[in-house]
Amino acid sequence: MDVGTNDETAEADDRQPVIETRGLRMRYGTTDVLRGVDLCVRRGEVVALLGPNGAGKTTTIEILEGFRRRSAGEVRVLGADPDHGDEAWRARLGIVLQSWRDHGRWRVRELLAHLGRYYTPYGTAGRPRPYDPDELTALVGLTEQADMAIARLSGGQRRRLDVAVGLVGRPDLLFLDEPTVGFDPRARQEFHALVHRLSGLEDTTILLTTHDLDEAERLAGRILILVAGRIVADGTAAELAARVARTAEVRYTRDGESHTHEAEDPTGFVRDLFTRYGERIGDLEVRRPRLEDVYLAMVREFESGRRTEAPGELTEVAA
Amino acid sequence: MSGRIGGAPAVEPNDEGGTSAHAVESSNEGGGVSGARAVALRAGLERGRVEFRQSVTNAQEVWGALFFPAVALVVMYLLRNSTVPGLRFSLGSQAVPGVLGMNVVLNGMMALAMALTMDREDGTLLRARATPNGVVGYLTGKVVSRAATAVAGLLVPLVPAAFLFDGLRLGEASSWVTLAWVTALGLVALLPLGAVLGSLFEGAQSMGVVTLPVMLLMAISGVFYPVTAFPGWLQGVAQAFPLYWLGLGLRSALLPGDLAAAEIGHSWRHLETAGVLGAWAVLGFAVAPVVLRRMARRESGSWVAARRARALQRPV
Repeated sequence: MDVGTNDETAEADDRQPVIETRGLRMRYGTTDVLRGVDLCVRRGEVVALLGPNGAGKTTTIEILEGFRRRSAGEVRVLGADPDHGDEAWRARLGIVLQSWRDHGRWRVRELLAHLGRYYTPYGTAGRPRPYDPDELTALVGLTEQADMAIARLSGGQRRRLDVAVGLVGRPDLLFLDEPTVGFDPRARQEFHALVHRLSGLEDTTILLTTHDLDEAERLAGRILILVAGRIVADGTAAELAARVARTAEVRYTRDGESHTHEAEDPTGFVRDLFTRYGERIGDLEVRRPRLEDVYLAMVREFESGRRTEAPGELTEVAA
Repeated sequence: MSGRIGGAPAVEPNDEGGTSAHAVESSNEGGGVSGARAVALRAGLERGRVEFRQSVTNAQEVWGALFFPAVALVVMYLLRNSTVPGLRFSLGSQAVPGVLGMNVVLNGMMALAMALTMDREDGTLLRARATPNGVVGYLTGKVVSRAATAVAGLLVPLVPAAFLFDGLRLGEASSWVTLAWVTALGLVALLPLGAVLGSLFEGAQSMGVVTLPVMLLMAISGVFYPVTAFPGWLQGVAQAFPLYWLGLGLRSALLPGDLAAAEIGHSWRHLETAGVLGAWAVLGFAVAPVVLRRMARRESGSWVAARRARALQRPV
């Protein structure tokens, strides 16, 4: 990347996907963990990687982070091959892994200020690096704990610190591996607000893994489902639902009498309903299949071996 | 290696950490790659200061650093009335510099090795890997904090030793000059070895494999008893390792000149001391970066998780 100014680079980034893999494979001994993963994440997107345990989520993320060498396939992250990413490339990544226990004797603010220092040479006018440690502790709600030893934080506070450390270099691309494990509902909600803020204001691209379907649906513009080393589905929550179950359930009352209808085109059906009956319709409810139903159906299908190849329509890259 | 996607310009990897459009013209600290390294080095010094402060304010760690010299000095105090063979000098006083040298080995080399294995277990090293130039800063910090702890572990026991033992030369400037260069060169020889050991051994428990040979080495290196009392071949073995020379150098600094009579060749052999410690330093600095790089490259989240799982399964 020997091109001139940062503006040119930013422009190039706009056109290029932030993450792109083709035929990504990973084999440990004789076990294939990833069997040809194709994925594409564009700038500013929030993408959730969803899948059962052992599907290869963490392996995928570690390859993208440059922590693990792939067996085969093509990978570009922020324009570079992660196996050869230099320190300037690394400065643009934020990484939140599962289960950190490091730096227990450091104080919260002290660690954030220290780790931030490494990013100072990589700041630009449009993206000053690092984050101010006080701003960052406020952002993740740890202001009161700023001078506390890290080992004394609660599980949820520790996790929020991990997120803060992931953000300290104001990353262009943030990896979140199971970010909200151990959060109480309020902390989870605050975290979701934080993610929305990051992707909106900071123009941060985010790839997260999660077990929590609600979280995937709430946070991610797009969901990738990884089962047995392959992406078996790619789309928004609604798109995924539509692909598996083509009908939605419409419940309503007509003259006080309950009705249920399976509609392929629920919007059209409801429009028709009002045209015909107008105010005689009440208690209208349209229920699309929930992501959970879709996800479980897909995982079941693949794991039972009824489907070994992903059908073409599901592997199409939605972008 | 792998092909390109979407006509993306290739980034050529480069030993200096590479250059990129993102490392930065508009930076305050400036200077691109070398500037970024300098920033990491300075951050490493800060890291060393913070970790040293943490060490000296942690009762358990202070106790760990002073345990060996405390016990050894008590034993030597009980032996103060025995004399060095052939000389009228207290065997206890004669052993003081060797005990201090051994403590430099424990607090420098061994503690660094232990810290590296533990930092791999808890993810500290992986965190460094996830930070730009973080491994440079991490290692700088470790070396600085361990060197500072080792020096403290040498000087602090010297205070009670000055009152308990007769015949130590503490009032002369030349003692302190010799003490300074021998300690500095000893640390330069020992710390890379500690880094190598810490990289090679997986898990804090397996460091026990290293502790045993080091204890044996202590027994034959003249820490407690003049090495000249041992058979020739054992003297040869002892002289191959840095511990003997560190002890010899410290004895030359702290003991009266005529005590050289109890040493091999009846001399303090400063030239040889510098030569052997220097050779270990050269070897260490040649090997350590290779081993450290290999170790750091292997770090990933799942390694940390796997190690943690194994640590939890281990019977206590």
